[in-house]
Amino acid sequence: MEKIIVIGNGMVGYKFCEKLRAKAGKNQFEITVFGEEPHPAYDRVHLSEYFTNPSVASLEMAPRSWYEENDINLISGEMIIAIDRANKTITSHKGTTLSYDKLILATGSSAFVPPIKGVEKQGVFVYRTIEDLDAIIEYSKKTKKAAVLGGGLLGLEAAKAMIDLKQETHVVEFAPRLMPRQLDNAGSDALLSKMEELGIRLHLNKNTRNISGDGKITAMEFADDSILDVEMLVISAGIKPRDELATACGLAVGQRGGIVVNDLLQTDDTDIYAIGECALHKNFIYGLVAPGYEMADVVVNQLIGSNDKTFKSYDMSTKLKLIGVDVASFGNALCENETHKPIVFEDNYKGIYKRINISEDGKRLLGGILVGEAEAYNMLLQITLNGMALPPNPEDLILGSRGGEETKMELPDSAQICSCENVTKGDICQAIVDNGFEDVAQVKACTKAGTGCGACNPIVKDIFNEQLAKMGKVVKNVICEHFDYSRQELLDIIKIKKVKDFDQLLDEHGKGDGCETCRPLAASLLASTWNEMILEKGKDAIQDTNDKYLANIQKGGSYSVVPRIPGGEITPDKLIVIGEVAKEYDLYTKITGGQRIDLFGAQIHQLPDIWEKLINAGFESGHAYGKSLRTVKSCVGSTWCRYGLHDSVSFSIEVEERYRGLRSPHKLKSAVSGCRRECAEAQSKDFGIIATEIGWNLYVCGNGGSNPQHAVLLAGDVDSATCLKYIDRFLMFYIKTAEPLNRTATWLNKLDGGIDYLIDVVVNDSLGIAADLEREMQFMVDTYKCEWKEVVNNPELRKKFTHFVNTEIPDPTMKFEDMRGQKKPVEWGA
Amino acid sequence: MTQEIAEYKTVKAEDVTTWYKAASMEAFPDNGGAAIEYKGLQIAIFNFSRRKEWYASQNLCPHKKQMILSRGMLGSEGEEPKVACPFHKKTFSLKTGNNLNGDECDLATYPVKIQDGYVYVGFSH
Ligand SMILES: Cc1cc2nc3c(=O)[nH]c(=O)nc-3n(C[C@H](O)[C@H](O)[C@H](O)COP(=O)(O)OP(=O)(O)OC[C@H]3O[C@@H](n4cnc5c(N)ncnc54)[C@H](O)[C@@H]3O)c2cc1C
Ligand code: SF4
Ligand code: FES
Repeated sequence: MEKIIVIGNGMVGYKFCEKLRAKAGKNQFEITVFGEEPHPAYDRVHLSEYFTNPSVASLEMAPRSWYEENDINLISGEMIIAIDRANKTITSHKGTTLSYDKLILATGSSAFVPPIKGVEKQGVFVYRTIEDLDAIIEYSKKTKKAAVLGGGLLGLEAAKAMIDLKQETHVVEFAPRLMPRQLDNAGSDALLSKMEELGIRLHLNKNTRNISGDGKITAMEFADDSILDVEMLVISAGIKPRDELATACGLAVGQRGGIVVNDLLQTDDTDIYAIGECALHKNFIYGLVAPGYEMADVVVNQLIGSNDKTFKSYDMSTKLKLIGVDVASFGNALCENETHKPIVFEDNYKGIYKRINISEDGKRLLGGILVGEAEAYNMLLQITLNGMALPPNPEDLILGSRGGEETKMELPDSAQICSCENVTKGDICQAIVDNGFEDVAQVKACTKAGTGCGACNPIVKDIFNEQLAKMGKVVKNVICEHFDYSRQELLDIIKIKKVKDFDQLLDEHGKGDGCETCRPLAASLLASTWNEMILEKGKDAIQDTNDKYLANIQKGGSYSVVPRIPGGEITPDKLIVIGEVAKEYDLYTKITGGQRIDLFGAQIHQLPDIWEKLINAGFESGHAYGKSLRTVKSCVGSTWCRYGLHDSVSFSIEVEERYRGLRSPHKLKSAVSGCRRECAEAQSKDFGIIATEIGWNLYVCGNGGSNPQHAVLLAGDVDSATCLKYIDRFLMFYIKTAEPLNRTATWLNKLDGGIDYLIDVVVNDSLGIAADLEREMQFMVDTYKCEWKEVVNNPELRKKFTHFVNTEIPDPTMKFEDMRGQKKPVEWGA
Repeated sequence: MTQEIAEYKTVKAEDVTTWYKAASMEAFPDNGGAAIEYKGLQIAIFNFSRRKEWYASQNLCPHKKQMILSRGMLGSEGEEPKVACPFHKKTFSLKTGNNLNGDECDLATYPVKIQDGYVYVGFSH
């Protein structure tokens, strides 16, 4: 077996292993990888996500077990310090010496630290590894003001991270503009205002002369004699290829660093290759991951015996990954040394700047810049890379066409769509045709497109839709592969054929064994038709986990418990019971946004005991686990409030008790306010009620969450009975006609005729179904039972609340730690 | 986490050296699963009664390393029986343990046999 040693277990070193194992025969190579960092290779491109989710596991390119399964000997935490080319061996700092047949240098680069006086001071960091980030996070706990040195792509990313760490954030750039290698002055200006909106303060044209402070940084001093007081500094001034090993063993390196390679990625020793950020190809270091992956591919190709593939210079187009800031540059963005005709669009009001560079002859796109609006990025990049002919009015490319047909351009099959994984449009279309895929996720799993940096996801989706349309496939609104019906059709079947269980539904109207999409959906339909206990008669097998255990599953596998507290009104005695239960079972306790109390961290076997205590004290299930009514929030209303018009608390309790336990396509939230000051925020709810001088205003289809939407008026100045009647009709109509997992707001947005139509149906009974809707709702109200009460009193149902069935012990892997005097689960995978 | 994911290795029917008597058949709900403990390992056993099949896999979901798959939802994709993790609905083949969404890694699976109303899981150690 040929011995391959890889030095460096970064993104490219990892990809090399993955590709070699995938393409080479089983026993062709013995692979050993050395990584100096303690973790297996991780996704450095998404390193900044570590600030919001500090989990190494979710950044890893593959878990350690992957290396084992693929028979790759991974040695982490060991640095190679010498290469002996004569004897073909390498030696690590621990003294390990191994021999190789072929050696792959994938040592990447380190952050470039400019020789400024004082850089060694405490509080000065670079931004490259997980260890760097850990140190920054730790240090930031004591600081309030941070600066980033360098206003390039990475520097801006680091600046956003400083904002996330709650620092007053400054960016210091030597050049007169931001992202000097990608943007022109006008583009930089547009970006500048975007960054300022994020709260980042920018200092251009600043040459840092000294970092001052006694042991630790307290200020930066500039050549123009100005001073910036800061407590922390992150340096992001470029990269320095790690070529020290290569230099020491006599391989050629570039003047400004980098291991010299030819088009086959060979160094001047043909048994040694260099790939990724440490390789200097045609006097160029590629500081991006996609070209590194391509280099890995070229070397793998040679090792398995074909020399037909060489590394050609690679596109350096980039898009900034900051949320809320669209910035991209592609092709020859600045065209500093190329004659061209630029077309520029600027909207200083919205902060948009777009520039495209057209070739002298007006036929080709050379490159461009997009700031503030970058949807066109993928398309423009493709036009540039593929040298596609331009539309008659090239300005349409950045203006969108005004009136008339939209300018849509058909990409050639050879267009490279995903540069991380080198997937072309042809590959994607072929995968769809060959496998009959009808879901983008399948296409992505098969081709790997979009699994790298993710920038190409929108265009992958477009190509997917286009291809399906070409094949004449209408993407019908069916639930999943097991039922050829929409949700509404399935509900009709359940009602008309009086279907009461899932197996019957599947046998008579579906195929296969069901799945995680259709099972909970059918469970919800059955519940909102027959209102039978959801855990009985085998129905537990079709409930989503939360419904199955009548509790919300949380990180680490514990559950939370939410008793109903109608209208948010609670007696001191009941509060004491909640406190006692929480104390006895050591539950993390929090007041929810819906005016009730959530108890977290219960183990599965404790749930029935906890609920027994709560039920004995007069509580009932709060259905926080279900797609069902959550809370009806209320303000204190006319009983106490000097502005109150009606008793909003009493009415909210009446409403909450009427609709408790009702299963619906998604969760339902409601509120009642005692006057139009609206303290209960009823207009952000699925249905909200506000007192008027003479009655109530009923608003529907509001939504907080990720896409906030105000509720709209369904009926004004109605009395309590009419209000309830309209809610009955409204909710039942929603339950019957909504698509799966659509909240009321989304449902209304899709409803033909919108709110006017809804008013017609609910208030004017234009469909003549109002009486049916009311009757069906009344049936639900009359058959309501507290699910937890039934479980607590039923030994059979109680039995399934255990972690193991062959021993009484609880899950030994569940772990908690302390936070502000209460417990919390340890992080994912920690 | 006290257990490393690497401890779970697929056992093929022909390699079984110990048939561990896990629990009676009734302990496993129809079309559902339950977990057992064996020498520090957590194994999820599934009673896919609709297909009249039994399966066993590691209880640990490789995605976020959660001991949870026994509470997952059973189903099929084409002919392949599968389980969906309760946390993020990643799905795995019950036959091969392969991740069906194409990301993350696969599950270790174990042979199951039924004898005299009891469920046995096969181990090779
Ligand atoms: C915050 C951040 C954001 C980024 N964003 C993007 C982006 O949006 N798009 C993009 O394309 N690129 C981006 N990059 C750049 C991208 O991460 C790199 O291009 C890529 O990681 C290079 O891979 P590599 O394997 O060549 O080097 P590295 O990932 O640096 O890996 C090299 C590894 O080798 C190890 N090593 C070095 N010498 C030795 C030795 N002697 N012995 C043992 N081990 C050794 C190092 O410790 C390191 O782990 C970003 C980088 C950072 C830091
Ligand atoms: S909404 Fe009106 S009645 Fe209710 S608390 Fe506010 S001001 Fe008082
Ligand atoms: S933990 Fe199982 S899918 Fe995320």
